[in-house]
Amino acid sequence: MIENVDLSLLNWSRAQFALTAIYHWLFVPLTLGLSFLVAIMETIYVRTGNEEWKRITRFWMTLFGVNFAIGVATGIILEFEFGTNWSNYSWFVGDIFGAPLAIEGIVAFFLESTFIAVMFFGWNKVSRKFHLVSTWLVAIGSNLSALWILVANGWMQNPVGMVFNPETARNEMVNFWAVIFNQVSVDKFLHTLSSSYLLGSMFVLSISSWFLIRKREGFMARRSILVASVFGLLASLMTAYTGDESARIISKVQPVKFAAMEALAEGKTNAGLVAFGVLKDSDRKLGEKPLKDFLFKIEIPSLLSVMTAGNKEAFVPGISDFVDGNKEQSIMSFAEKKERGQVARRALIDYKSAVKNGNIALSDSVKGLFSDKAFQDNYFRYFGYASIDKPEDIIPDVSGTFYSFHLMVILGFLFIFLFGFAVYLLFKGTIADNKWFLWICLLSLPLPYIASELGWIVAELGRQPWIIQDLMPVSTAVTDIGSGTVMATFFMFAALFTTLLISEISIMVKQIKKGPKH
Amino acid sequence: MKSANLIISGFFRLYTDGFRNLSSWGKKLWIIILIKLFIMFVILKIFFFPDILKKKFDNDKQRSEYVLDQIINSPNSHD
Repeated sequence: MIENVDLSLLNWSRAQFALTAIYHWLFVPLTLGLSFLVAIMETIYVRTGNEEWKRITRFWMTLFGVNFAIGVATGIILEFEFGTNWSNYSWFVGDIFGAPLAIEGIVAFFLESTFIAVMFFGWNKVSRKFHLVSTWLVAIGSNLSALWILVANGWMQNPVGMVFNPETARNEMVNFWAVIFNQVSVDKFLHTLSSSYLLGSMFVLSISSWFLIRKREGFMARRSILVASVFGLLASLMTAYTGDESARIISKVQPVKFAAMEALAEGKTNAGLVAFGVLKDSDRKLGEKPLKDFLFKIEIPSLLSVMTAGNKEAFVPGISDFVDGNKEQSIMSFAEKKERGQVARRALIDYKSAVKNGNIALSDSVKGLFSDKAFQDNYFRYFGYASIDKPEDIIPDVSGTFYSFHLMVILGFLFIFLFGFAVYLLFKGTIADNKWFLWICLLSLPLPYIASELGWIVAELGRQPWIIQDLMPVSTAVTDIGSGTVMATFFMFAALFTTLLISEISIMVKQIKKGPKH
Repeated sequence: MKSANLIISGFFRLYTDGFRNLSSWGKKLWIIILIKLFIMFVILKIFFFPDILKKKFDNDKQRSEYVLDQIINSPNSHD
């Protein structure tokens, strides 16, 4: 049993997971986004019969192939880490995680690996229509793979549809549809997909701009920009919409994360939306943690209240409301939640001793308690609080969450402008003449990657200290193995993924410089 | 049955022809993929990433008891 968690082990385990997830996410969104763009381009080719569109499709398909090949299976590393570094968590989540990941494996295997062969090797060997269907199935398959992973992640942010079984020490799925249609998962899926389409579109827009700057492949570049900027504009608007929806859901199911995203130390009515701000440590403290104040901020009055609850009089709770509680607003304090979590914990202790003493009646009765909805909603729901010592430990890194969130939002608006302006210049017929804009598009290539990673940072950093919201803190989830091993594998992963990334960039740059085949 | 065999053999040919006619960068890509998969599934999985609960315990009952202990007695959970 763990008496004291080795902080160095916990931090290295978290750092390792963050590193591998961040690297993995460099490959995934381009696969999701570019697969659809390629499918759209091939559809235009099949409908028009214009061979130029085939050339365009094959060029982008090559770049898609490079990214797909280098990125494939990089997510498996995360699953390795679950079993080694987060074994308590892996066991505790039970089939809630297992089922979606198993479906993901089957879908990915059958759809992607089957039809990707047709997509790459099937030109001139299968009919045009069959090839097109294969390309679409690869796009749909890779997007569906993302669905299952995001369902699993959504459950960690908002655990629903399960019952904890003390006999197996696992959460067991009792309502598949509640897990699938978990509001967090649905919105996360839509937000992730739309932002990946945005990233894929920016990739096409940037590289096509490079061709126009170099006065090469003018026809291909202009046609590609047309598809990418229209698709990108729709995707960036959809990203903004789903992002707004996502924030609203977070304000309900993970209100501390939401308060951290807005750096809202104390709750208020008529809460303004901070468009931009710089934080500083406040003189006020919660336990040992100083709250955050604004050094300066640009704020839109009352908008946060309106966006979260539909009216400006609405109260938006701040971090201190969740620590100290707020009776007026019916917000439970940390102490109350901890007490309730301890009731659930004591029930488990009773269960354990009943099993040990062969008291079947008592063990069955405690087991039944965990299936009881009232017990789940009032006690087990706060189980994780029993493992948290100080009230201020429920506060995530406010600065990291706030800046990541705001930078992501600012970039999101920039993308809408970029794609919108590209569409405008295209229809005006002057895009090739505006070199300054082409340069901006080219230099903007890393920005959607940054925004996409920031989104994950908000999601994961903002939910600390939880690995499963309110049920399991990261300190309970981590495996008691030596931090030295985790450190060693951290650097091995860093080396492996950096090598893969350099290989991808170098192969990709060579293919881009070569241009499409004539 | 015959048509199913034809589809499977046609599909197999698609793969073999595809790999045979790979461009030089395609071959390079496949070498990278194979090295990557070898590092991940052979070196990392076997030597560095064992399933700890599978390794430590013989059956699910022992694993359940261990995890139950962990979540009951996790740090700071004492009343």
